[in-house]
Amino acid sequence: MRKYYEFIVESLIFISGIASILFVLLIFIFLLKEGLMLFKDLGVFDFLLGTHWYPISEPPRLGILSLILGSLWVTAGATVISVPLGIACAIYIGEIAPGWLKEILKAGVELLAAIPSIVLGFIGLVTLVPLVKKLFGISTGLTAFSGSLMLAFMAMPTIVSIMEDALNTVPKSYREGSIAMGATQWQTIRRIVLPSASSGIIAAIMLGIGRVIGETMAVMMITGNAAIIPHSFFQPVRTMTATIAAEMGETVQGSQHYSALFAIGIVLFTITFMINLTADLSLHGKKAR
Amino acid sequence: MKAWINPKIQEKIVFASLFLSTLIIVTPVILVVAIIIARGSSVLSVEFLTSMPRMGMKAGGIFPAIVGTFYLVIWTLIFALPIGIFSAIYLSEYSKRNLLTRIIELAIVNLAGVPSVVYGLFGLGLFVGFLKFGASILSGSLTLAVMVLPVIITASREALQSVPNSFREVSYSLGATRWQTIRHAVLPHALPGILTGTILSISRAAGETAPILFTVAAFYLPRLPKSIFDQAMALPYHLYVLSTQVPNVRLELQYGTALVLVGLIIIANLVAVVIRSYFRARKQW
Repeated sequence: MRKYYEFIVESLIFISGIASILFVLLIFIFLLKEGLMLFKDLGVFDFLLGTHWYPISEPPRLGILSLILGSLWVTAGATVISVPLGIACAIYIGEIAPGWLKEILKAGVELLAAIPSIVLGFIGLVTLVPLVKKLFGISTGLTAFSGSLMLAFMAMPTIVSIMEDALNTVPKSYREGSIAMGATQWQTIRRIVLPSASSGIIAAIMLGIGRVIGETMAVMMITGNAAIIPHSFFQPVRTMTATIAAEMGETVQGSQHYSALFAIGIVLFTITFMINLTADLSLHGKKAR
Repeated sequence: MKAWINPKIQEKIVFASLFLSTLIIVTPVILVVAIIIARGSSVLSVEFLTSMPRMGMKAGGIFPAIVGTFYLVIWTLIFALPIGIFSAIYLSEYSKRNLLTRIIELAIVNLAGVPSVVYGLFGLGLFVGFLKFGASILSGSLTLAVMVLPVIITASREALQSVPNSFREVSYSLGATRWQTIRHAVLPHALPGILTGTILSISRAAGETAPILFTVAAFYLPRLPKSIFDQAMALPYHLYVLSTQVPNVRLELQYGTALVLVGLIIIANLVAVVIRSYFRARKQW
């Protein structure tokens, strides 16, 4: 009797084990199912490189270049701000801060990770956006710059914690050897620890980028939602994620607009898949050393 | 050049700027929480938490949103915990270091990285559309369950792997089967870690907006949901609505909603921290 019971339990365990793979495949399949229909009428390059996104005009113009660029601008801005700060923070917390301070700072970063993106988007909307408008004297604070700032903030916990893990995997003996040779702590960090953790640094950057590209609500509330090709940082932009979130409620199931939004989802999924794949491979490739 | 600056002075300068960078990151967090508490607590009252919104959301309370979030979290856990824990058991106790395991790990990393709005699309396509569950607590919590799965799997797997092997060896030496060993000698000791992962996923499920936008969230419902096939209001969506969709809502109301949401999440995280330290102190190995 026990044999049968155990067999059932262990089969359930195995099925659960591969459940993750199943879900990834399911997500991809359903995105394709609803999104590929778009390409019956519209060419792939027209979709990806078309410069006008007017889904409700007659006939609809469905080119997502402005959206791709919107996502890219906001992501690039957020990365430029968050990577140096995140690395600096991880180094300080991981290598330099005294024990008690370390715990407080780590708790602070974890607190940031816990705040939902909608709340950060809300705070950004009511505090950051008017501030940017006043500070730079522009007509509206809803800009790519504000979005980048907020997103940099949100990507911090990801970058800091992965960086911290990477720094922790550097063997203590490396540091001790360096100090024994007379190097200062900073020299040790700069020349021994950081290069040794370089694959982790790259993974942290990539996962931070992945986090930023995928962010929806905060960008939707802060970047102004103008689907035009951005020429400066202080203009409103529209990201791919915000487009899906903002317009899905207004589409009819099965319509071309509906498929177009799913097609944007395919693009997003592919991008984040590539980023995560690369980051994970680089993390594990080095570990196998 | 660098060689001319005394390394000790260089170190002091660098360390000061690193500390500054850390402050730049951590200070706004405290400021954000402080602002929310300061401006939101004026609205906080028993009435706010237990009554329905009135006057097109401009007055009244947020009770249905709290209830909706509560239902969503419970059902998300019901769907995600069994699969997640069993999956972690598979990875920790049964799998070998082969290609399949590697692919599973890759899949988990990817699930963790999928944008939340893409989860919304997935939920819309599969649960709302294909399986015809419609916009409902069922669709919403199934979607959220897939989204929090990586969190539960990772936390549970770590918890299971940290149980010393000697526990398993003793169990086998007494004649137990593999499942018996897991069930009685390993799992009980991994519970604190699993619990921590559960609470983290509660935080995420309660706070996410995009996955529930198309799968469950309703702008306004006159009655509380009665079954899992009903739509529901939810706190994060409610905050979104108040701050961007309804004109002229008192800022205090918006801050109050944000405060309730953040408050619930922070309390959940604090509970996780307390549980973690309590069990860490009691650990017998």
